Amino acid sequence: MIVMQGIRKEYRMGDNVVAALDGVDIHIKPHEFVSIIGPSGSGKSTLMNIIGCLDTADDGIYRFDGLDITDYTENELATIRGKKIGFVFQQFNLLPKLTAQENVELPLIYQGMSAGKRHKRSREVLDRVGLLERMHHKPTELSGGQQQRVAIARALAGDPSLILADEPTGNLDSKTGAEVMRLFHELHEAGNTIVLITHDAKIAAQTPRAIHIHDGRVLEPMDESEVVI
Amino acid sequence: MNPIETIKMAFKAIWGNKIRSFLTMLGVIIGVMSVTVLMAIGQGTTSSVTDSISSMGTNMISVTIQTRRFGFGMNRSSRSSSAKGTVILKAEDVLALKDNEYIQYVSPTVSGSLTVKAGSTNTAASIMGVYPDYANIVNTELASGRYIIDADVENRSAVCVIGPDLAEDLFGNTNVVGNTLHVNGRKFRIVGVLDGTSSTLVLPFTLAQRMLESTSITSFYVSATDSTVVSAAQTAVERFLYKKYQDDSTYSIMNQEEMLEAMEETAGTLSLMLGGIASISLLVGGIGIMNIMLVSVTERTREIGIRKAIGAKRRNILLQFLIESIVLSGMGGLLGLMLGYGLMHVLETYMGMSVSSSAGVAQLAMGFSMFVGVVFGLYPANKASKLKPIDALHYS
Repeated sequence: MIVMQGIRKEYRMGDNVVAALDGVDIHIKPHEFVSIIGPSGSGKSTLMNIIGCLDTADDGIYRFDGLDITDYTENELATIRGKKIGFVFQQFNLLPKLTAQENVELPLIYQGMSAGKRHKRSREVLDRVGLLERMHHKPTELSGGQQQRVAIARALAGDPSLILADEPTGNLDSKTGAEVMRLFHELHEAGNTIVLITHDAKIAAQTPRAIHIHDGRVLEPMDESEVVI
Repeated sequence: MNPIETIKMAFKAIWGNKIRSFLTMLGVIIGVMSVTVLMAIGQGTTSSVTDSISSMGTNMISVTIQTRRFGFGMNRSSRSSSAKGTVILKAEDVLALKDNEYIQYVSPTVSGSLTVKAGSTNTAASIMGVYPDYANIVNTELASGRYIIDADVENRSAVCVIGPDLAEDLFGNTNVVGNTLHVNGRKFRIVGVLDGTSSTLVLPFTLAQRMLESTSITSFYVSATDSTVVSAAQTAVERFLYKKYQDDSTYSIMNQEEMLEAMEETAGTLSLMLGGIASISLLVGGIGIMNIMLVSVTERTREIGIRKAIGAKRRNILLQFLIESIVLSGMGGLLGLMLGYGLMHVLETYMGMSVSSSAGVAQLAMGFSMFVGVVFGLYPANKASKLKPIDALHYS
């Protein structure tokens, strides 16, 4: 599903060059539920941007879903993001002027799906996260947990190969956070590949496998034989 | 991605910010409104002027003579070198043109402004001294009474034909044949009332010439016997004048067609100038749109980031913002057009202005406003589309 070899990403800070990622090797198989854990400044956000095709690495090889996307153009990466990746953000990142259903349909619009199919699909995924009856509400009319579930529905709408969640419980209280985590487990059991980025060891402990990242390097690099599926 | 979806998105964004959208459009609304109204006024004026010229008949030739007056402000050298200026053109000389086979009517004219008084009402009116033929040359119609006749001219009779607007000013009505009025203290009897909207007072030539203290004739009108011989008649007049003055810069001869052309050219320039001034406001409106779109791009940076993260390509974002600005300017154009037509209606019905709106101007104004939307939307849209998804997502 994801193969990364020697991924480097550098940032320029004045005259200094800081390596946010310093030769990262990662291997994630289909249907895995993996967390990437590290303290702030460890480079996990940079890693998540590269995994999510929001940014490109300076060096290294990245194969995603069988495609070598190392040298993909901005436009091609947009297509990958739209069709193969579903994002769940800490800040929910729903468009405030659209209803829950319209938010869920947005990625499908960019994929060129017809209105009829979009309505059907958005109802399906909203039903799956248990928010069918709130589909005409705007984000401001929903609680934090509900907003995050709408965001998960939006991530699911395009039937992506990978769900990429960046601190999905970071803005939620522990109870709703637990509900959201339960939803992720359900999705994993249904066969989705999920990568969850967090700084919270308790969250990471809930996933079958955790990749620790520190100072731009993966700690305790695992062989494929060690991968727990 | 379906273009209809993009248009829907644009409308949603515009509708979501109603007051701002309206204020943004206002520039274009005012621009388009002023373009259409000013162009319509220009065209209306043109057509009413050309109508009145062509109603005078196509056979007319008008002659103006630049006389040199010796008086205040003239220097010695121009006085001594202007022997030709001393040539005095008499009415008999001009009337002799009638003998030409191509010339049907001739009328010397004299005009000026004098004080006209009726009862206790005083006003400065434009006075015109004519021969009876003048009525035939310019197709004068009378509402009532009679025109100046030969006997009036010969006897210097104190009679006048009054323009209806002047009659209205002096008497409060136009049914004034038989009434008297005073011109510079001299009593005149009204024998006729002109048709139309004139405010001129027409007097017998001889008397008017004396009252306006003019000696040489400065203008006269000629009509050709037929519209096909206008140029032959014009040549005859030219020959006559050249013989008299030996200098073709002292007089100017214009036939009706030339006059119409000159008038249309002037009016065309006027329309163009009015339209040009109005287009500047349209341009300013466009800059207003660009300004707001740029603010909007900054404000919606996060939205752009979200859209890009979930699969929007550069093209999608570019189109979204471009269409938004085109919709803004297009809607502004449409509203401006509607308001413009409303204003034209008011000007026409309540202020009696002659306006003539044309579909061409409406199309031009709409086209131009859409064009403004594209041109001034392109830069902000391009800026939005170029935002990197991570930078845009982490913008707060």
